[in-house]
Amino acid sequence: MDRFAWTSGLLELGETLVVQQRGVRLCDGEEKVKFDSGVLLLSTHRLIWRDQKNHECCMAIPLSQVVFIEEQAAGIGKSAKIVVHLHPASSNKEPGPFQSSKYSYIKLSFKEHGQIEFYRRLSEEMTQRRWENMRTGQTIKVNKNPQAGRLRAVGIVGIERKLEEKRKETDRNISEAFEDLSKLMEKAKEMVELSKSIASKIKEKQGDITEDETIRFKSYLLSMGIANPVTRETYGSGTHYHMQLAKQLAGILQTPLEERGGIMSLTEVYCLVNRARGLELLSPEDLVNACKMLESLKLPLRLRIFDSGVMVIELQSHNEEEMVASALETVSEKGSLTADEFAKLVGMSVLLAKERLLLAEKMGHLCRDDSVEGLRFYPNLFLTQN
Amino acid sequence: MHRRGVGAGAIAKKKLAEAKYKERGTVLAEDQLAQMSKQLDMFKTNLEEFASKHKQEIRKNPEFRVQFQDMCATIGVDPLASGKGFWSEMLGVGDFYYELGVQIIEVCLALKHRNGGLITLEELHQQVLKGRGKFAQDVSQDDLLRAIKKLKVLGNGFGIIPVGGTYLIQSVPAELNMDHTVILQLAEKKGYVTVSEIKSSLKWETERAKQVLEHLLKEGMAWLDTQAAGEPQYWLPALFTELYSQEITPEEAKEAIP
Repeated sequence: MDRFAWTSGLLELGETLVVQQRGVRLCDGEEKVKFDSGVLLLSTHRLIWRDQKNHECCMAIPLSQVVFIEEQAAGIGKSAKIVVHLHPASSNKEPGPFQSSKYSYIKLSFKEHGQIEFYRRLSEEMTQRRWENMRTGQTIKVNKNPQAGRLRAVGIVGIERKLEEKRKETDRNISEAFEDLSKLMEKAKEMVELSKSIASKIKEKQGDITEDETIRFKSYLLSMGIANPVTRETYGSGTHYHMQLAKQLAGILQTPLEERGGIMSLTEVYCLVNRARGLELLSPEDLVNACKMLESLKLPLRLRIFDSGVMVIELQSHNEEEMVASALETVSEKGSLTADEFAKLVGMSVLLAKERLLLAEKMGHLCRDDSVEGLRFYPNLFLTQN
Repeated sequence: MHRRGVGAGAIAKKKLAEAKYKERGTVLAEDQLAQMSKQLDMFKTNLEEFASKHKQEIRKNPEFRVQFQDMCATIGVDPLASGKGFWSEMLGVGDFYYELGVQIIEVCLALKHRNGGLITLEELHQQVLKGRGKFAQDVSQDDLLRAIKKLKVLGNGFGIIPVGGTYLIQSVPAELNMDHTVILQLAEKKGYVTVSEIKSSLKWETERAKQVLEHLLKEGMAWLDTQAAGEPQYWLPALFTELYSQEITPEEAKEAIP
């Protein structure tokens, strides 16, 4: 943190703003500092941080001081970060918030997201090194001195020109983008045609194409996002990727499952896993395909699909039918329960509570009372008291 | 005399030819796979080039995203099928939509006690934007619809129901058939519907109308107002506008139902 120098925050002539993000906290290496909530600005020349509450508090580091940058994915309860490794401060550096630091890197913590974009832009600036080409002149001072009039005119005309340039560039970019997109799609179309012809060959040859080749083909389809026309019983739509994923999931979900009574809905799993990842998220299909392989890979979790279509992950050790017995007890104690009431009592999600009661009904232990007031379950006295 | 195709010799020859053809067939598939592998590598390079120039455009420009998605659909490619796909890895479209999926699930779960698992696309859009914060990337309604279509596979009953000029998003595994959908569409104009209205516009019998309305009541998607002037009105909380709705707790919601 000793590389930062106080600054007014005004951009200099020749310096342009690239991207900004609010809700950024600064860290000196591994240690937190009091600058916990600010707007982080990236210009062609510098990294500037301004406190959101106190705008006077504003500091910057020249991009030339940056050695390299890394991304740190978000974790549970932790925001995503960018780690910026810096050269040692030069001896003639302007004064800043810290005189010395034992770290040669800082961390930017993105409490309100925006790290993906910021990292990308920062990487771009680091590659292009525009600060080496553009000399910065005096700061544009407005309303400060008698010569301001002349300077101001230059400043504003300059800004207007820049905006016009930007508009034209945006238009050019969009039409170029569409053109490039069309060309790209032509090539993608060829890939689709090729995959169709291979798929039909596979269908013809039925037993003559090896397991290995089928898996290879499936992974090619996965990369291109082409739907798989040939499904094999052994792995379904799975590929090596999904196999690995299944094993990872078994590791990640063990504890959360235990904490939630051994069962979680697939949407819960989707949110949990993706929130933890922060980057390189799983698609819903990835998750489902991986879960379909859990049982065949003999992992300690399994996918279960209820009659209603609701999909859950259970621990192998979890036995829903046993849980039904205890559900029956709970319902009997209270006389009758709706899914909402049961959920609250047991501490489950309403979705899963309903599934358990429905299963109990299916097994004959509970009876339903379906009225406008809702769906209520009673112990099945027809069975027990006959 | 030449005889064609008969005799043990001919049969043996035919068998040999078949065997050779089969062998060649396997080789053919291998060849094609190798060809596909090479073409894939080339395509990946093309995509990388495209990404380096236009990744920004996709992330910042909702209209361009629509174009991109439509073109993919036309040629039979799903860029959102897997996080491991090229499109996702290089253009970053995956993360954008999958994260959006998480946000949609969370909003729907939070509001379920109020609307029974039905919400208009507009309200969902507003709530998601609120959750994302002021400086987050712009998200369009089209983006939401695409994310929701992907969520269907998770088995939680995500569905998209066209009503009026917009859509109702269902996020619970409740059975909603054509009859229910039609009534939702009828209710869209005023936020509520009555049995007489259903009978006059749809020409249904009372029994059919009542059955459908009762199902919606049971699912918590409709509320009954017995104090309305004339006949009881069936309101859909999903369609309440800012004017009529208030924040209520699940307990209050329960008490509101007779």
